[in-house]
Amino acid sequence: MPTFGSFALLLALALSGYTLLAGAVALYQIATGARARVAPERLAETARRAGIGSFIATTAAAFALVWAAFNNDFSVAYILHHTNRALPGPYKFAALWSGQEGSLLLWAWLLSAYGFVLRIRHKVDVKLTAYASTILAGVQIFFLLLLNFAAMPFSLVSGPVPQDGFGLNPLLQYPEMVIHPPMLYLGYVGFAVPFAFALGALMMRYPGEKWIHITRRWTMVTWLFLTCGIFLGAHWAYSVLGWGGYWGWDPVENASLMPWLTGTAFLHSVMMQEKRGMMKSWNVWLIFSTFMLAIFGTLLTRSGLVSSVHAFAQSPIGTWFWIFLIVVMSVCLFTFIVQRDHLKAENKLESLVSRESSFLFNNLVLLAACFTVLWGTLFPVLSEYVQGNKVTVSAPFYNRVAVPIGLFLLFLTGIGPLLAWRSSSFKSIRKNFVLPSMAGLVAAIVVIACGVHPWEIFTTNEQGSFYAFFAFSLGAMVVTAISAEFLRGAGVISRHTGQNLFASIVQLCRRNTRRYGGYIVHFGVVVIFIGIAGSAFNQSKEEELGFKQSLNIGPYRVECQSYSQDSNANYDTEYALLDVYRGNRKVTQLAPEKRFYTASQQPSTIVANHSTLAWDLYVIYAGKNPDTGQPIIKVFLNPLIAWIWIGVGIIVFGTGVALFPNMTAALAAARNRIPAATQTAAAVPARGGD
Amino acid sequence: MSKLFHLGRGVIIMIVAVLTMGSASTAVRYNELGHKMMCVCGCNQILIECNHLGCPDSDRMLGELRVGLAGGSGDDAILTAFQDKYGPTVLAAPMLTKFNIVAWIVPPAVLLLGIAATVILVRRWRSRAAAIPASPRAAEFPTMRERIRRETQL
Repeated sequence: MPTFGSFALLLALALSGYTLLAGAVALYQIATGARARVAPERLAETARRAGIGSFIATTAAAFALVWAAFNNDFSVAYILHHTNRALPGPYKFAALWSGQEGSLLLWAWLLSAYGFVLRIRHKVDVKLTAYASTILAGVQIFFLLLLNFAAMPFSLVSGPVPQDGFGLNPLLQYPEMVIHPPMLYLGYVGFAVPFAFALGALMMRYPGEKWIHITRRWTMVTWLFLTCGIFLGAHWAYSVLGWGGYWGWDPVENASLMPWLTGTAFLHSVMMQEKRGMMKSWNVWLIFSTFMLAIFGTLLTRSGLVSSVHAFAQSPIGTWFWIFLIVVMSVCLFTFIVQRDHLKAENKLESLVSRESSFLFNNLVLLAACFTVLWGTLFPVLSEYVQGNKVTVSAPFYNRVAVPIGLFLLFLTGIGPLLAWRSSSFKSIRKNFVLPSMAGLVAAIVVIACGVHPWEIFTTNEQGSFYAFFAFSLGAMVVTAISAEFLRGAGVISRHTGQNLFASIVQLCRRNTRRYGGYIVHFGVVVIFIGIAGSAFNQSKEEELGFKQSLNIGPYRVECQSYSQDSNANYDTEYALLDVYRGNRKVTQLAPEKRFYTASQQPSTIVANHSTLAWDLYVIYAGKNPDTGQPIIKVFLNPLIAWIWIGVGIIVFGTGVALFPNMTAALAAARNRIPAATQTAAAVPARGGD
Repeated sequence: MSKLFHLGRGVIIMIVAVLTMGSASTAVRYNELGHKMMCVCGCNQILIECNHLGCPDSDRMLGELRVGLAGGSGDDAILTAFQDKYGPTVLAAPMLTKFNIVAWIVPPAVLLLGIAATVILVRRWRSRAAAIPASPRAAEFPTMRERIRRETQL
């Protein structure tokens, strides 16, 4: 099977090489009208089919590696180092992406899968797809070169084959690890598709904005995957690492956040290009940057450029990534310089107080946030270069610099939808802003009354209350603004059709899924901010608990019922059984564990968590006191955490709504049993207006 | 002039007093300083959050922090002592010294410059747009807008 896998990778490389060369020659012939023995259209078709073939070959290679994992083929070095016989089935599957070579193979496979879908759907626009397919083949070649010559997943072990493997890193033996990396990679890799379309459209001087329509769903789905990947990672860190938090501003976390920020900026500013023919150069560079940041993130993860808790593989492949980044940058820059006259804007901004300028500021803030994260991540390297010594740039830096930018972004989330396209009059601003501003003010008063004192930042240097105060107040403002938008539109539909408010809201969403889906996403973002703001009020306690001994935290009493140890083929475990009381009522029983994995000889924490909408009671088995033999239990009371995961769910739902096609005006009218040409269709347009 | 000097001095004293007001209790300072340093065991975690079973460094470092606090040292003195002993990477964020100050200044400066550039750009675009004569149908827009407002208001 290793031979089969290696051959499949070589074949995939050859087919991708053909896709790139034949595709480039065919497109050159079509562009210049040069005469050739084979018609360029036929040559381009062979390139497309070779691209599909490379997907099949890469799939075969991925299958070979998974097969080797399930069959304990320890002659393959990768399988030896990342699995063992006792490893449960799902984790054997997850071994595909748990190491350097396997995760690169997953990347290559996902890229080929995206390419496969794109090539199958080539009739959407044959010529543009041919360009995109050729560019994707170029990216694919890079990863296949890596897999064939630098990070070979089918390398064989030298000497006798061991009877058992070294096992999977215990931190990765968690159900979310089976989903988190593929989600993240789907996001990273997926940005290659809009990148390829944008570059292709620029190369061929594609007329109009149709390429944006074609790639809109690709971009949104990719963005959604990256969002889910990031938050699954946060949830995994929260549930597995056992330090009570979900985001540590680690370089690898930062690496995933950067393309997300630029991708989010692109999703917003691309609307200005669609509606007003503006920001064309900006958008092209946003998607170029997003793709390059995704590659840069991978470089950070794997090159050892910066030290990270994630740095699961520090290897010489960093040089390959640098070369690839330089090549991508050069191609993008050259194409932009040659074709820049094609990107001339059709309109200009007319007012500082308009929807367009709110998008512009939103982009600016998102890019500033991205720059801050990049700056913080790379500053240790810069410091070493300038001062001769490294410094650490961790949570305290980001809390002071990045969080205020995030709050400013939250503020823009609220005011953007209240502004009209082109220009907003003072009267309309006053009318639209009164209610949200009042809601913000009321929330501020309530929050202060509840004991959140923002001025504490001046007396105790504690930033938590200050940020929480603004997060709650701005959150109330944004939610009111969004609700007013829904109610305004639904009210009109309700008046004209006699439907109840809920049915009217549903119809409103279906008439302009993108606009209202976007608002739902914004609502999800607010909910996440509220959840994050809760961390300002975290409490923790650590105590040694013997039989029937208890500790109190917040409204809970945690009582130790027993503590023991156990073992199975995969690991030995120590655990405590803890009853949780609220008042005199037993709420639940928790069993935090400490595992010691036999194969890898590594310990791992299994957190026990009782989650409610108000707070999480988060319990860790911190170890045993060697003198008394009693367990040391660390307890956190983390307020509002559940709202972060709920917010992500809302974002997923909102993106789903935005991906749905709009209901046509005619269908809406038929649903309402009134002729299509009535006032309703005129009052609430079925298309446009984001 | 002397009055002005005294007034200025009074204001500065007040500001310093407000900023350092309520110098936190030892427990609060322990928590704050523990969050300003990293564990040096290689786990890349904030010192007070390091949760490794049998971590060779965090307990000892936290002990040193308690000693420093009990000895009456100021926050900066404690941080400097840790920096001298464990190197600059022990601090979770760069201090406001020499080149490190660049780390703090650059991101807000970039944001402010970006905002300023955007405002200038929009003003320039707007002045160019004003030079272009309005479309003959532009006179109809206010009526149309008013009608849309009427029909879509709550």
